[in-house]
Amino acid sequence: MHEQQSHQSGEQAHEEMISYGTYILVWLALIALTCITAVVAGINLAAFTLAVALVIALTKASLVVNIFMHIKFEDKIFKVFLGIAGFTIFVIFTLTFADVFFRR
Amino acid sequence: MAEIAGPVTQAASAGHEAHPHRDIQGAKMGMWLFLLTELLLFAGLFLIYSVYRYFHTAAFHKAGLETHTLLGTVNTMVLLTSSLTMVLSIAAIQRGKKWLCVTFLSTTILAGFVFLGIKYVEWTSEIAKGIYPGSPVLLARSNGEILFFGLYYTMTGLHGIHVIAGMIVLAFMLVLVLRDKINQQDYIKLENAGLYWHLVDIIWIFLFPLFYLIN
Repeated sequence: MHEQQSHQSGEQAHEEMISYGTYILVWLALIALTCITAVVAGINLAAFTLAVALVIALTKASLVVNIFMHIKFEDKIFKVFLGIAGFTIFVIFTLTFADVFFRR
Repeated sequence: MAEIAGPVTQAASAGHEAHPHRDIQGAKMGMWLFLLTELLLFAGLFLIYSVYRYFHTAAFHKAGLETHTLLGTVNTMVLLTSSLTMVLSIAAIQRGKKWLCVTFLSTTILAGFVFLGIKYVEWTSEIAKGIYPGSPVLLARSNGEILFFGLYYTMTGLHGIHVIAGMIVLAFMLVLVLRDKINQQDYIKLENAGLYWHLVDIIWIFLFPLFYLIN
């Protein structure tokens, strides 16, 4: 409620501030994950190669969305927006592959 | 109409003098809705990629070996670092440090140039090998390989256009910061520009393993 009021009055100065250090830590994690995914790609994990790469990509994306894009600290409605978009994409992929898998 | 509009306008302007009304939540919400349309645009392309990869697994693997893994990895790091300098520029303006904000924002734009420069080197080397959409060399190959490189140029190209758009937006933000139009009390424009820049970064996070990490 307090946050809402500070937004309404047009003052941004009281918004939650995240330290430079937190951002740098998240960046280090992102760089580390990039190194891991590049190294893992060289190891033959057969069917799991793509899965591992996608899990790492999703982890990186969630770090960017939550911390860099502040979604973690935003009102619930923003999470609802993102959830609906994510669910829509999931449904589109699922329905498409429900067709593709059984086509041949 | 005029009777109703009269007092309302008056009240609004009175409110404006007392404390300028800016709907920050509304501005962010609008930006997020726009970002989600961008997300769906790229999701469509990722869907096409995944379906064709399923149908042409071997050809996608063969073609994927020819992209530059090292350049792709370096570009990923460049974009991730630019995302860091982007958030740091917002953190700086929140603390009222204008010149630190200017420094970080300029670094972000510079990283955009580095990214595009590397992209230029990469595409030039592919084109020199005769691999570009509709080229005789490419058309002599299997359908799967043609599709892979078609998607490679389409998706990294569309992403590149987004990087350029982001850099133009950030350049405007830099001017606004220099003119104190973006300041410690009002930096929503910088935040929204940052959200766009991060979205471009996120799209690259997914393009990277799909086009560069096939070994």
